[in-house]
Amino acid sequence: MNLAYRDVRHKLGRFLLTCAGLGLLLGVVLAMIGIYRGLVVDALTIARAPGIDLWVVESGTRGPFAEASRIPGDTREAITRVGGVAAAGSLTYQTVEAEHQTRKLRLYVIGYEPGRPGGPPRLIAGRGIVRSHHELVADRSTGLGIGDRIALGRNTFSVVGLTEHQVNSGGDPAAYVTLLDAQKLQFDLAPPAYRVQLARGTGTAIRDTVNAVVARVQPNVAPDSVAESIRRWKHLAAITQEGQEAILTGSLVDRARRQIGLFTSLLLVVSAVIIALIIYTMTMEKLKQIATLKLIGAPDRTIIGMIVQQALALGFIGFAIGATLISATKDYFPRRVVLEADNMLVLAGIVFLVCLLSSGLGVRAALRVDPATALGG
Amino acid sequence: MTEPRAPQPLVRIRNVSKHFGEGETRIDALRAVSLDVFPGQVVALLGPSGSGKTTLLNAIGCILEPSGGSMELDGDVVYDERWLRSDLRRLRLDKIGFIFQFHNLLPFLNATDNVAIVLNLAGLGGGEARKRAVDLLDYLEVGNRRNAFPAKLSGGEAQRVAIARALANRPRIILADEPTAALDSKRAGIVMDLLRKLAVEQEAAIIAVTHDEKIFDRFDRIFQLRDGRLDTGS
Repeated sequence: MNLAYRDVRHKLGRFLLTCAGLGLLLGVVLAMIGIYRGLVVDALTIARAPGIDLWVVESGTRGPFAEASRIPGDTREAITRVGGVAAAGSLTYQTVEAEHQTRKLRLYVIGYEPGRPGGPPRLIAGRGIVRSHHELVADRSTGLGIGDRIALGRNTFSVVGLTEHQVNSGGDPAAYVTLLDAQKLQFDLAPPAYRVQLARGTGTAIRDTVNAVVARVQPNVAPDSVAESIRRWKHLAAITQEGQEAILTGSLVDRARRQIGLFTSLLLVVSAVIIALIIYTMTMEKLKQIATLKLIGAPDRTIIGMIVQQALALGFIGFAIGATLISATKDYFPRRVVLEADNMLVLAGIVFLVCLLSSGLGVRAALRVDPATALGG
Repeated sequence: MTEPRAPQPLVRIRNVSKHFGEGETRIDALRAVSLDVFPGQVVALLGPSGSGKTTLLNAIGCILEPSGGSMELDGDVVYDERWLRSDLRRLRLDKIGFIFQFHNLLPFLNATDNVAIVLNLAGLGGGEARKRAVDLLDYLEVGNRRNAFPAKLSGGEAQRVAIARALANRPRIILADEPTAALDSKRAGIVMDLLRKLAVEQEAAIIAVTHDEKIFDRFDRIFQLRDGRLDTGS
């Protein structure tokens, strides 16, 4: 006769309600873990999107994401000629706030050279950019659709393709345009300001600058050795893809990552305390029954089994509810929530351990109950 | 020709004492208590609050070790050095049945399972334990309530189920703590008649702590406890 099951079945509504409450709490923990993972993934997405091996940026900077970087537009041609480089492309990055159908839209505009490294990684609808000007590939999370038109700067762009999961470390969705359009958007002055510059005699400022040049190296060539060659140019710095990712996670999103990580840890501790209290209270409510069981000759293992099984059932059902809830709602969060199987397994393991340890408190209380307390009123 | 042997007591207590605390805070709950209870006897322990009734019942029930003296239950000397806690638990399971003031049935088990659990703990399988539990409930005339949970049983029905649980392993010693306190006089009388019948039929010794004057005439012997000392049974 399984006493844990019988007790649960007898108070099924209350037990399920407790499980649901715990499930919500574990759902929040899972959501925080997902947001934490999402922050890291988001930070790396744009850097990983071009699928390249090297980042060439302004000397003395760790650009283009962690710091501002400006290098001449013809750098790409020089990099292409470096031994071991298979392909290179120029890129610009800037955040633009535009208006679309009466709502504000923050876009992370990426200028790239079609046909060269740096473009959108995978289209889920439409086509890539084929014209030199005023075409745009947007991330799906912008809410833009194929054929939509949107004004950026003084020009209007047509959306010709859609990609997905392309956001910057701040969560702003990416919009890919040609390098020429991006340069114009970034560096062209408004006409009155341009006229002032002309009057001052400085109106011929060079517009052909980019934020970075990315390069893909040939097979069997170490990116480090190519980076070393590029560093010989004093005005350039070269960062490998691995180095760029380390900068992004170690610098750009580090504080936010640690903040969320700490909050998640606190949430885990709070969850553990709540689980312990629930299980302890469940046991304390049964002390008279436990005393009766001991008096009629139930061995300790029967009593321990009842408490531990209920604690594990509570944890398992609570976790299942939390995981289901977050899996079903994660796509509705404003920022990406990444639920990875290993993270979920780790949390499941933690919940299992917490339940086991918490039931230890209950077991301790139960084993200390004097069977004599069953006698008398 | 041999003479018939005198019956051996099921409960034999000699000079049992129990004290709590030491020095100025020492309380002597039992002082050199001796008594014998024989098979088929129904005896009562009477006394005011704090006289040591429950302490004596706990000692006989193997849940409180006396400070001194000796005790035999069904021929076994208990509380000498060879007894472990698990042995005492087994002894309770095999030889002692408990009846409580407020039945103490497990609220999450129905009447049948409340009885069957004792048989399960003694090693009897589920189906067989349930069958025997139902037989016991029928014997105690509550078989029609076999599937009812304790919350749905009347006081008398619950106490009968509790008696069935106490009898499940056919114990030779039944300890009852105020078994009729929660019952009206009619039901109290029925329960006491039932206990007497069981004592005779199963050759068991029944020791009950009670304050219930209306059932005093149902006992074979009444022991009066005062300040931890036992007066001679009447």
